[in-house]
Amino acid sequence: MSPEQVLQQFQATGVQTCFHGRHIEPQIYAGLDGTNWRLADYEARGGYKALRKILSEGLTPDQVIAEVKASGLRGRGGGGFPTGLKWSFMPRQFPGQKYLVCNSDEGEPGTCKDRDILQFNPHIVIEGMAIAAYAMGISVGYNYIHGEIFQSYDRFEEALEEARAAGYLGDKIMGSTYNFQLHAAHGFGAYICGEETALLESLEGKKGQPRFKPPFPASFGLYGKPTTINNTETFAAVPWIINNGGPAYLECGKPNNGGTKIYSVSGDVELPGNYEVPMGTPFSKLLELCGGVRKGRTLKAVIPGGSSSPVLPASIMMECTMDYDSIAKAGSMLGSGAVIVMDDSRSMVESLRRLSYFYMHESCGQCTPCREGTGWLYRVVDRIHNGQGRASDMDLLNSVADNIQGRTICALGDAAAMPVRAMIKHFRHEFEALIPGYVPKAPVQA
Amino acid sequence: APSAPLKPAILERFAREVAKYPEAGKQSAVMACLAIVQQDEGFISMQREREIAEYLGMAPIAVHEVTTFYNMYNQHPVGKFKLNVCTNLPCQLRDGVTALVHLEKKLGIKMGETTADGMFTLQQSECLGACADSPVMLVNDRTMCSFMSNEKLDQLIDGLRGSAKGEAA
Ligand SMILES: NC(=O)C1=CN([C@@H]2O[C@H](COP(=O)(O)OP(=O)(O)OC[C@H]3O[C@@H](n4cnc5c(N)ncnc54)[C@H](O)[C@@H]3O)[C@@H](O)[C@H]2O)C=CC1
Ligand SMILES: Cc1cc2nc3c(=O)[nH]c(=O)nc-3n(C[C@H](O)[C@H](O)[C@H](O)COP(=O)(O)O)c2cc1C
Ligand code: SF4
Ligand code: FES
Repeated sequence: MSPEQVLQQFQATGVQTCFHGRHIEPQIYAGLDGTNWRLADYEARGGYKALRKILSEGLTPDQVIAEVKASGLRGRGGGGFPTGLKWSFMPRQFPGQKYLVCNSDEGEPGTCKDRDILQFNPHIVIEGMAIAAYAMGISVGYNYIHGEIFQSYDRFEEALEEARAAGYLGDKIMGSTYNFQLHAAHGFGAYICGEETALLESLEGKKGQPRFKPPFPASFGLYGKPTTINNTETFAAVPWIINNGGPAYLECGKPNNGGTKIYSVSGDVELPGNYEVPMGTPFSKLLELCGGVRKGRTLKAVIPGGSSSPVLPASIMMECTMDYDSIAKAGSMLGSGAVIVMDDSRSMVESLRRLSYFYMHESCGQCTPCREGTGWLYRVVDRIHNGQGRASDMDLLNSVADNIQGRTICALGDAAAMPVRAMIKHFRHEFEALIPGYVPKAPVQA
Repeated sequence: APSAPLKPAILERFAREVAKYPEAGKQSAVMACLAIVQQDEGFISMQREREIAEYLGMAPIAVHEVTTFYNMYNQHPVGKFKLNVCTNLPCQLRDGVTALVHLEKKLGIKMGETTADGMFTLQQSECLGACADSPVMLVNDRTMCSFMSNEKLDQLIDGLRGSAKGEAA
């Protein structure tokens, strides 16, 4: 056997993570089986109908943007910013080139939804991007794909070839006057490049170090030109919205939180994987779809939106519904929709130690509070974990977090600090228990 | 010793990448060009950095900054098979670390090291974006292997060793 043949035996088929038949009203993952990713299959599922509708019925860019606004679609990359509103920021009558960028740099620990979209339904992203480009008068786009999922990059290149050959991309699309060139680019192992301005730097062939915002990409983006960046899942939602109408999308979900959302569930559940369900689905229902907590154990805590979002204890989580507003109200954020489940056997100190190491490793180093602070956080959590913590360490952790939060160029600093505070807030006793001779402060008398 | 100049087939792949960008944005192709060289030669030498710099009209130091910033570029030769095991939290909760420890034992090396026969380099890595498939391992930057129980890891290592012997014969 050749090395390629050997490795072939260990490839994921998506059966466990995507084709488990336990989605609820899926829009993006509907009808997929792992083999039907090609253009002909996508067309058979009604693919490129939305783009055709726009071009043949002569919908104006404004009408398309209005439809997306009406849908209540919010950015699936983590920020949850209203997509239609973002699109409307793009200058209309700009004399130079404008760009469209898809953020497929999915690297937030726990998140693996965009990979399954790109791998098993690449044309839905191409169609979504073509519609977005039309709505904003953009003629060139790039899809920046996480370097670690190189197979999805290769597949996306193949899908692009198919779309070009069929006239869905290129000059005079479907006989109209509309032109759109789309290309694939890849990263090569830097979490920070998922941050939109770092991504733009990387796409320009540089180190991926974030830029100051504002200016937002709509005024200063790729090569300094107006640029719109959206997440893979955001673009993938667009064809459904055009086909079925914005109000129908909003209806599937709850007010201010339209449509379905794909949750990547990992950690202590029986059946980890991606689950596409309507916004507002109770967390308890999602947990049930995943077969419940592993080995019949008890739920302890959940990180609801990727490693950057604050941890929530089981009691709070079980009352939440899965949407931006409910999770925010509970004190965390929906983020990228990566749900990391932890059972009652887990040590929160050990978990935080691993996350802190990650942020230290991935800090791009341009802001002192983040570069130095992430190192401090890791070293202090590490010594507590090793039983060498000091009585003052709890206060030290909070103060280091204070000194990072809100004082950095990008949100990675906050992402490193917030989990620390939440862990201490909800699971302080676990940290204290590991510190030799720790005497809890007497409660302050009022 | 300086190696031969870049092969025509490689330059052809470079050209395809450059064609994606506007003329003034040629430098954008640097990420892809470096990855292509690494796929072909296993690592990025200083000579190749200089050649890519010249090809794209960049300063050599600007190329070097890219090579050093991104985790996946190899600045030094690695084993025939580079194995990256994810140990980030979601994977740690599902035997990611177990997989790494198992490989350390099986290969007789610590993470970060290469086996004496030059076959395997073992590294820990951050989230590969395949968390639900844990334990996961990326082989030579391009092939993701999923659900890697200890048993499957043994099969994979033995299989790759066998394939190398086959090639040598
Ligand atoms: N998907 C993934 O792998 C990861 C996702 N994240 C998520 O990313 C989020 C943070 O991302 P950021 O881009 O820093 O969030 P942000 O909230 O600053 O921005 C979100 C989006 O809205 C746009 N925007 C916000 N305010 C605007 C304004 N006033 N005018 C024009 N545009 C505006 C931004 O350009 C951006 O595209 C976190 O909440 C985290 O959950 C973080 C790490 C990885
Ligand atoms: C450190 C960091 C990493 C990020 N990584 C990603 C990512 O991998 N994918 C993504 O879509 N957004 C990521 N984001 C958010 C982007 O900056 C941006 O908000 C998003 O791509 C906008 O698309 P959306 O409006 O469709 O969500 C990241 C943000 C930060 C601060
Ligand atoms: S906050 Fe951290 S990652 Fe973000 S720009 Fe500053 S140093 Fe870089
Ligand atoms: S945490 Fe291991 S692949 Fe994402």
